[in-house]
Amino acid sequence: MDIIGSIEPNQHGYRTFTLGSFGFSRDEYFAHVTWPKGHHMLPVDAFLRALQRDIAWGFFYGIVNFDQVVGTMNHYGSVDLFAGRFNDHYRRAKLDHTERFQTPLIQRVFEAMLDDWTNAGFDPFASPQETGSAFGPKNGSNKEAITRHRVTARRMIGAPGDEPVRSDDNGFPINRHFLDVPQDTPEVLPEPGFEDEIVSFNLFAYLSRSDVTWNPSIVSVCKASLYCPTTEEYILPVIHGNDRVEWFVQLSDEIQWEVEDRETGAVRARVTMKAGDVAAMPADIRHRGFSPKRSMLLVWENASPELPALYASGKMPPTPVQF
Amino acid sequence: MNQHATRFGSLKHYEKGGVEVINDDARNYVFSNVFEVASRAKPFEKVAVGKNIEYVIEAIRIEGTSGWRAPAQDEFALVMDGEVEIRLLKLERPGVVPAGAKGSIALIGTPAGRKMGVVRARRGHMTLLPVGAAYQFQATHPGVVLLQTLASEDTVERWSDICQTTPRPTA
Repeated sequence: MDIIGSIEPNQHGYRTFTLGSFGFSRDEYFAHVTWPKGHHMLPVDAFLRALQRDIAWGFFYGIVNFDQVVGTMNHYGSVDLFAGRFNDHYRRAKLDHTERFQTPLIQRVFEAMLDDWTNAGFDPFASPQETGSAFGPKNGSNKEAITRHRVTARRMIGAPGDEPVRSDDNGFPINRHFLDVPQDTPEVLPEPGFEDEIVSFNLFAYLSRSDVTWNPSIVSVCKASLYCPTTEEYILPVIHGNDRVEWFVQLSDEIQWEVEDRETGAVRARVTMKAGDVAAMPADIRHRGFSPKRSMLLVWENASPELPALYASGKMPPTPVQF
Repeated sequence: MNQHATRFGSLKHYEKGGVEVINDDARNYVFSNVFEVASRAKPFEKVAVGKNIEYVIEAIRIEGTSGWRAPAQDEFALVMDGEVEIRLLKLERPGVVPAGAKGSIALIGTPAGRKMGVVRARRGHMTLLPVGAAYQFQATHPGVVLLQTLASEDTVERWSDICQTTPRPTA
C-alpha cells in the first residue's frame, strides 16, 4: 500500500502531505499550503471544516473554495486542486496554480490529511458551539465524526428499504436549537395490501434531529431532481462556486447569503432568506451563507450530468428563467 | 427555558427577505416566497416557484377538494402550512398517463382503481405520490403544499408577478 504523507510527524505531531507540487502541513493554529509560485495559510479549524465537506460531498457540484485562495473544482472523475485560480488578484499577478488529479487519488490524500489533523474532541461537521477545539498539538483522532454515513435516499426517507427516519432510538436526539419543533407524525391510513406503498414522514422533525451543519443530504428523488435539505448554523465553511443553477428554499428561520462572481470574487449581491423564501443561485456565482440560529434549508439540485458542459459552453444561460 | 424559537412561515404570517443588489440584476435570483405566492393563487393552481430545466417546485394553495391527478413519475408533496388530506388510488389503467408525459396529468372524474389509503399531513410532513397511482388533495382550511415534480401543461409560470425585480426588496 502506498504511503500517503510523511512517516515522521513534525514538531507539532502532525504529518505533512504532498499532492503533485502542492504541499500541506499544519501547526497548532494553521494549515499551510504551498505551490510552486506561492504559499498560503488558513486557520486550521476552517480548513478542516472545508476539507470535511469536500470529502463527504465527493467534491460536490462545481467549485469548493476553502477560502479566497485555495479550493477544488470537480470534473466528475477528476478534480482540480487550485490556488488563486478564482482570485482576480492572483490571476492578474500570474501567481495562480492548478493541477488536476484523478478523484481516487485526491480523495485518498484528503482523507488521510483529515484523519491525521483532526484531534479528539473536534468535529468538523458540528457547529462551533457543539464541538471542542481544533487547535493545539496533536491529540488523538476523531474517526467516528469524520466518517459519518452520508444520507442519500434512493426514493424517499422512510420508504421501504430506504434511509430511515431519525429518532432518539437510532442516535439522533433533537438539536438544542430545535426543541420547539413539533415531532408529530403524519396520519397514514393504508388500505390492506398497500401498507408499503403509502409513505409519509415529518421532514421538519427529521431535520430537527440532524447532528451536522451545512451538509446537504438527499431525502427525495424525482428523476434527476434531488431535494437535499440541511441544517445550518454559523457560517458555511466553504464558498461554493456553482457549475449549474442551484435553488434554495428556506424552510425555517433565516440565512443571509453573500454572492460573488464565480471567477473573480467580485461582490454581486446579498440575499436574505426567511421562512418560505425561494431563491436561485445562478450558474456563474459563488456563495457563502450566514445563519445566526440553526435553520432548515432545502437545497434543490439538478443532478443531470450534462449540465456543467452546457453552462460552461454558454449553451445554457446562467440563470434558470428569464423574465 | 428554550432560548431558541424556531420560526416557520404560514399563510397568515410570513416575513419576506429579499435581494440587495450590489452589482447585479435582482431577477437573476428569481426570488419569491411560497406563502405570498399561495396567498394570491387560486385553489390548486400549480404555480412554479423554482425551475431547473424541466424540473419544477410548485407552490399549491390547498383549499377544498382537488381533482384527481396521476403522476408520470414519483412526486413529493411537502405541506408548508395547514392540514391536508391526501387520497391515493391505484390506477386500474396506468396507461391513462401517456408515455413520455412529464409531471402529472389531470384526470376527469374519479379514475377506476383500488383505494390505496389516505394520509393526513400537517406542516413539515412529506408524502410520496407514487407513479402508477392517482392522488387527490383535500383541506377544510387553506393550506400550502410544495410539490417536487416536472413541469406539465398545468404548471403556471408568472415570474414577473411573483419575483423581486427591483434592486432592493420592497416593503
